[in-house]
Amino acid sequence: MLLIEDLQVQLAEKVILKHIDLEIKQGETHVLFGPNGSGKTSLLMTIMGYPQYKVIGGKITFKGVDITHSPINERAQLGIGMSYQRPPTIHGLKTRQMVEICSGKEMQVEDLARRVDFTAFLDRDVNAGFSGGEIKRSELLQLLAQNPDLMLFDEPESGVDLENIALVGNTIGALLQKQCIATESKSRLQVKRERTKMGLIITHTGYILDYVSVDKGQVLYNGVLSCSTNPREILRCIGELGYEECVRCTIQTN
Amino acid sequence: MYDTDELKQKAAKAVNKKAGIGPDVDLNEFQRSPVPHKYLSDEEFRTIPEADRQRLMMSGVDVTEKDRGGTFFQKDTTVVHCKSKQEGIEVIPIREALEKYDWIHDYYWKLLPVDTDKYTATAETDLHNGYVIRALPGVKSIYPVQACLYLDKQGLQQNVHNIIIAEEDSELHIITGCSTSPHLTRGVHVGISEFYIKKNAKLSFTMIHNWAEDMVVRPRSVAQVEAGGLFLNNYVCMKPVRTLQTYPTTYLVGEDAVARYYSIIVGSPGSEYDVGGRIYLKKPGTRAEIVARTISNGGRIISRGHLIGEVADIKAHLECKGLILKGGLIYAVPELEGHVDGVEMSHEAAVGKIAQDEIFYLMSRGLSEEEATSTIVRGFLNVDIPGLPPQLRAEIDKAIEMSEKDVM
Repeated sequence: MLLIEDLQVQLAEKVILKHIDLEIKQGETHVLFGPNGSGKTSLLMTIMGYPQYKVIGGKITFKGVDITHSPINERAQLGIGMSYQRPPTIHGLKTRQMVEICSGKEMQVEDLARRVDFTAFLDRDVNAGFSGGEIKRSELLQLLAQNPDLMLFDEPESGVDLENIALVGNTIGALLQKQCIATESKSRLQVKRERTKMGLIITHTGYILDYVSVDKGQVLYNGVLSCSTNPREILRCIGELGYEECVRCTIQTN
Repeated sequence: MYDTDELKQKAAKAVNKKAGIGPDVDLNEFQRSPVPHKYLSDEEFRTIPEADRQRLMMSGVDVTEKDRGGTFFQKDTTVVHCKSKQEGIEVIPIREALEKYDWIHDYYWKLLPVDTDKYTATAETDLHNGYVIRALPGVKSIYPVQACLYLDKQGLQQNVHNIIIAEEDSELHIITGCSTSPHLTRGVHVGISEFYIKKNAKLSFTMIHNWAEDMVVRPRSVAQVEAGGLFLNNYVCMKPVRTLQTYPTTYLVGEDAVARYYSIIVGSPGSEYDVGGRIYLKKPGTRAEIVARTISNGGRIISRGHLIGEVADIKAHLECKGLILKGGLIYAVPELEGHVDGVEMSHEAAVGKIAQDEIFYLMSRGLSEEEATSTIVRGFLNVDIPGLPPQLRAEIDKAIEMSEKDVM
């Protein structure tokens, strides 16, 4: 599980995350709401370990290991993976090779690629000229190969057309073991209880909630985490009253 | 009859003429007298000492001659192995050709003036040897012909002259490696190459250089491509050298002729490279592309490219990208010259470092920082070369892979 305690983060001399507490238990998926610039991506990047996000206070623990100051690749090896919103292009590196890097071995990339309808892109340079939706499918393909235990999704549905939204949503559901199917020896509930994958999803629209059952919603506003409750409720509240209401909530709960 | 005296006289007058670009070299410091070596039978060629064999392998020359259409191997001043394995593809030492065949004089010094500079001049006054490789009309090369110009004698100046002819409708692939013995440190290589790509012919010429730290290298190349012809010129140099200066020129003289240059240079400390080329687009429908990838590890690299569009309906692009990894200098000089309305020419030049966000991206997929960096560098050097046979692609990849230790 992921445990974040009293986390304070600075980016370019400015404090951008203030006293964040967050716990994602094994098998749980959380969504993160918040207006632009509220620090959502910063939180994901800090969990992933990007060094420009400087931790000035608090602690991040994953699977019982203090990773507050671990390099990115150690976190990846421990089982943290990320689906980026705007990943960089790497010229000369084919998507196929990238998928192999993710899986850590030579593999049949085609079978995985077929799941996100991406076989036609395997011999193109990673992210080179990809549209918004293609980037998302490429990121999901990489996560499928990497198979991490904690997955961080930065706006997985942005830029995805209506035709592909179900594909993206269902793939995320599969990655997070949401499609619980009862087997002969195990009931559906048992399968559900034995889920291990954890997810933290940034969403603006909430479309993803139609495909992925989520345990908790969180609102990040101006670097402060507020309101931890049912995601549908949060979405309705923001829709009706705007994020301003979240500020009032924060003041009241503190 | 051909007047060879006139060439000799012109050359004699130019023996002290400095080159237009590149540091001047005092050729009097080097010996030019012939160095005899024994001719090698197939068996002897296959069993040359392991150390030499390794050096050849790194330049794409395979002593087993498997998947090769022919071999030309010149050691110092002497041709020690020469043969063609495919009918219709000729591989002949140039001295033999000059003695036996009249037709060679229609090509010898016909594209490149003998008095261009002191390097062309010395190649005429003290010609050692070189190769003539010709694909007869309509003949398609099944496997590439391999050619190697090898330096073994310390302090030697090797003068070679090569003529490559792809007759009408033919297809010819050549891989040529230039290399030195493991013990050699100092020498000069002067290499004249004249390329004739006739109507609808296709020539791919892949050159892999493996020099020594105190080598002076002065190739002089000119190509002419007729209507519908294609000239693919690949150049890979990943090893140290004292000074290397080359500026191949191509004339696209027939409609729809195409020339593409790809070069990959890694510049080591103490080395100076002045590389690039020039393509003249002289007929409608011609296309040209110059792509260069350079990495400096402390060396000095001047990367030139000059495209000259003389008529309308031509298309040309220049791409010059450099990475400075461990100091040094990269000086990119892209030049475009459009002479009339209706030319379409562009260039893209960039000199920089490896982007941090690319390293982090790969680290988040599990690679260490070092692995991420080398993956990005490998990608940077991995240029797509359309139309290149897979064996030659593999040789380029191998050269890149082998030098990776030096790069990182």
